[in-house]
Amino acid sequence: MTTTALSLSDVTVAYDGVTAVDRVSLELPHGEVLAVLGPSGCGKSTLLRAVAGLEPLTEGRIRFAGEDVDHLPTHKRGFALMFQDGQLFAHLSVARNVGYALRLRRLGRAETASRVAELLELVGLTGYADRLPATLSGGERQRVALARALAVEPRLLLLDEPLSALDATLRERLAVDLRGILRAAGTTALMVTHDHDEAFTVADRLAVMRRGRLVQSGPIADVWAAPADEETALFLGYARVLTGADAARVLAAAGQPATASLAVRRSALVADEAGCLPGTVVSARATPDQVRLVVDVDGIGDLDAVAPLGSHHAPGERVSLRVDPSRVAPIPTG
Amino acid sequence: MAGHHHALTRRLLTLAGLAVGPVLVLGVFFVLPVSGMVALGFWPDGAFDPGGVLEVLARPRVHRVAWFTVWSASAATLLSVVLGMPAAFALHRLAIPGRRLVRAALLVPFVLPTVVVGVAFRELLGESGPLGFLGLDGTPVAIIAGLVFFNVAVVVRAVGAAWESLDPRPGEAAAALGATPWQVFRTVTLPALRPAVVGAASVVFLFCATAFGIVLTLGGVRYATVETEIYLLTTTLFDLQAAAALSVLQLLVVTVLLALAARLRAVPDPSAHRAVVRARGVRVPDVPAVAATGVLLLAVAAPIATLVAGSLQTTEGWGLDNYRALTTTGDDGALLVPVTEALVTSLRTAVDATWMALLFGLVVGIVVTRRSHTRTERRVRSVLDGFFMLPLGVSAVTLGFGFLITLDRPPVDLRDSALLVPIAQALVALPLVVRTIVPVLAGIDDRQRQAAASLGATPWRALLTVDLPALWKPLVAASGFAFAVSLGEFGATAFLARDERPTVPVVIFRLIGHPGEMNYGMALAASVVLAAATAVVVLAVERLRVPSVGAF
Repeated sequence: MTTTALSLSDVTVAYDGVTAVDRVSLELPHGEVLAVLGPSGCGKSTLLRAVAGLEPLTEGRIRFAGEDVDHLPTHKRGFALMFQDGQLFAHLSVARNVGYALRLRRLGRAETASRVAELLELVGLTGYADRLPATLSGGERQRVALARALAVEPRLLLLDEPLSALDATLRERLAVDLRGILRAAGTTALMVTHDHDEAFTVADRLAVMRRGRLVQSGPIADVWAAPADEETALFLGYARVLTGADAARVLAAAGQPATASLAVRRSALVADEAGCLPGTVVSARATPDQVRLVVDVDGIGDLDAVAPLGSHHAPGERVSLRVDPSRVAPIPTG
Repeated sequence: MAGHHHALTRRLLTLAGLAVGPVLVLGVFFVLPVSGMVALGFWPDGAFDPGGVLEVLARPRVHRVAWFTVWSASAATLLSVVLGMPAAFALHRLAIPGRRLVRAALLVPFVLPTVVVGVAFRELLGESGPLGFLGLDGTPVAIIAGLVFFNVAVVVRAVGAAWESLDPRPGEAAAALGATPWQVFRTVTLPALRPAVVGAASVVFLFCATAFGIVLTLGGVRYATVETEIYLLTTTLFDLQAAAALSVLQLLVVTVLLALAARLRAVPDPSAHRAVVRARGVRVPDVPAVAATGVLLLAVAAPIATLVAGSLQTTEGWGLDNYRALTTTGDDGALLVPVTEALVTSLRTAVDATWMALLFGLVVGIVVTRRSHTRTERRVRSVLDGFFMLPLGVSAVTLGFGFLITLDRPPVDLRDSALLVPIAQALVALPLVVRTIVPVLAGIDDRQRQAAASLGATPWRALLTVDLPALWKPLVAASGFAFAVSLGEFGATAFLARDERPTVPVVIFRLIGHPGEMNYGMALAASVVLAAATAVVVLAVERLRVPSVGAF
């Protein structure tokens, strides 16, 4: 049985009457990673800063392990914050950056050195101790920032778009590493991001925010499988949302009961002779993994579909589509 | 909930706590003297009587003085820009050997004591000087030349800094579209530099319009600006009401000018995102710019060289007699104390003025640059920001005059205090200190402090970790500047220095006003000593390479 670490109730942050975060309530169990996902400007970063103690609350309360932390200044909360661009101290070496919080706690020199070495090994930067931040690549800098934040074994780690400043391939790799590191350290973490893949890779739980409000939250697979509404579905990476009769037809093809709307991933429809949704190919484009089609499905209209590599589908050709039930998500409310 | 309001209130209280010191200091040493002076003009006998002020403003001599102030400052500004632009380009965009040294050398005139420059120009243009045949001594041309000598450095620095970080690619794109170098300059480079040029020009105009020592030494009674006229009215004619009227006029005009300059400046923060473009080699089309820079350097060196040569001339040829005489009080008892004693006074005063300006400027810088959380906080900060910049709008003479008439009786009686002069000088140096520190403080990403705080650093510790490493160089540079400004300060000091405790600029001014061969030679020698002291300080500061130094 896990216990609640962070608990937000009705947290509201307003600047000069403009509400950036509107009555957000959340719970985060010990040892789990929660991703707050939302488009830019939705208030997710403000929420993170409020938890860090950098934005005063207008209303609501923030508790950690049952204890009120609202009145504590940032440096007494014990929540380490990692920024999008690392914010390393440029005049300090990697080792001194990582050991910064340890020196604040007056840890012995030898102890600090061994802990720093341990952390650098954890983030895969052994041998980087004497480098200056300016000589590091973007990915290396983020690793150092992570090690610095983990150094004091914070009771909560706050990650503000930790991978957004990196390029796509590096981001993917580092997301996997980040998950591994957080697991290994047993860290409770709150991460904000606008990238659903990143959230999916790193987090256990997901909270979706829009226009300052919490739209949906829960274990990541649950949110993924059942987006609360159309906008959430599109934000989670679903390609289209079908409604009414269209939704019913696709669900019927998947052998499932009808719902008001249906979110469909790009790969939910697969070209297959045994499929029961006929249509005409509008366009076909090969990618390294598969062939991406746009098919004018009879009675529905244009839908995305995929076909295995090596298959040839010319525009105008007739094709049958099969529905992969794991790649569609029914949306209860229209 | 109560706790939430506490957090906001606490921020405002911290802000108020930090600001209360500077506000009090500025209140006593700035608002009080200036309002005392205004009161003297409008309430001459205790009753409100603006008629006196209007009467003064209607005098023909006042009109002449005001007109001379405007046109001489305009001419000097225009010349400074025209002469400064080629040098800004050559010294910041071209890989000329020794350009760093030349840049530093061109900064020296800017901090040279005004009295020294006045003496140097008289030596150069006077009857027996190398350029005496031009007959320029005592003409407006000499005054304008002196003003340009001072201010060309401002243009070179401010425009050069902008030029240095100007992206060359738009120009290259224009060239690729068929634009000639001149067309590129006119259509691409100049528009991009306009904010820096306009900003520099407005600051130069301000400096020229309020110049004191140089006009007083070169213009005498015939050519007076508002600033020197205030001095003459106070010290020679004892017409305090007229002086107050002119001070009020100047205060108004300068405040308007400053507000305009602030609007026009809009130069991005020099420390953030400053990508310096690599200097390139000199090509044939650059020759005029390089030549113009060389001429400028010669023009700047000429008065200084003449001054040094003059100080080494004695009745029997070359020698150090003038320097030896610095331990005396001059011919005919021109002085009450020997120049060497005045030098000690100057150095002591400068030390006091420096720590005051630095402490004050640092607190002001921190108060105005911290990020605001609410509209109220932002409004409080911007009001404070404007308030702390006020000393920039008041001329040193007005300040000295105000001190003289208000701080000599309770509640603040500093008439006999040795701190009066340093306080006035610190206020004069304050804008320079703030301008050096603020861009650096504002350029520090607030998230650095937040990162430190989230790792457990107290606000004080975060300041040490994040701000200090970025700030120590600008702080040292600012103290150097404050020290140099204090050494050369003449406008306020002329009013406030007591006869038996003069500073070197005051002594020099007294020496050149006193007949006697020896006195003039001593003035030259003392000028060289003072110039050398300030030059050493400024060149040391220049070695620190603080980006915001001199870029107003």
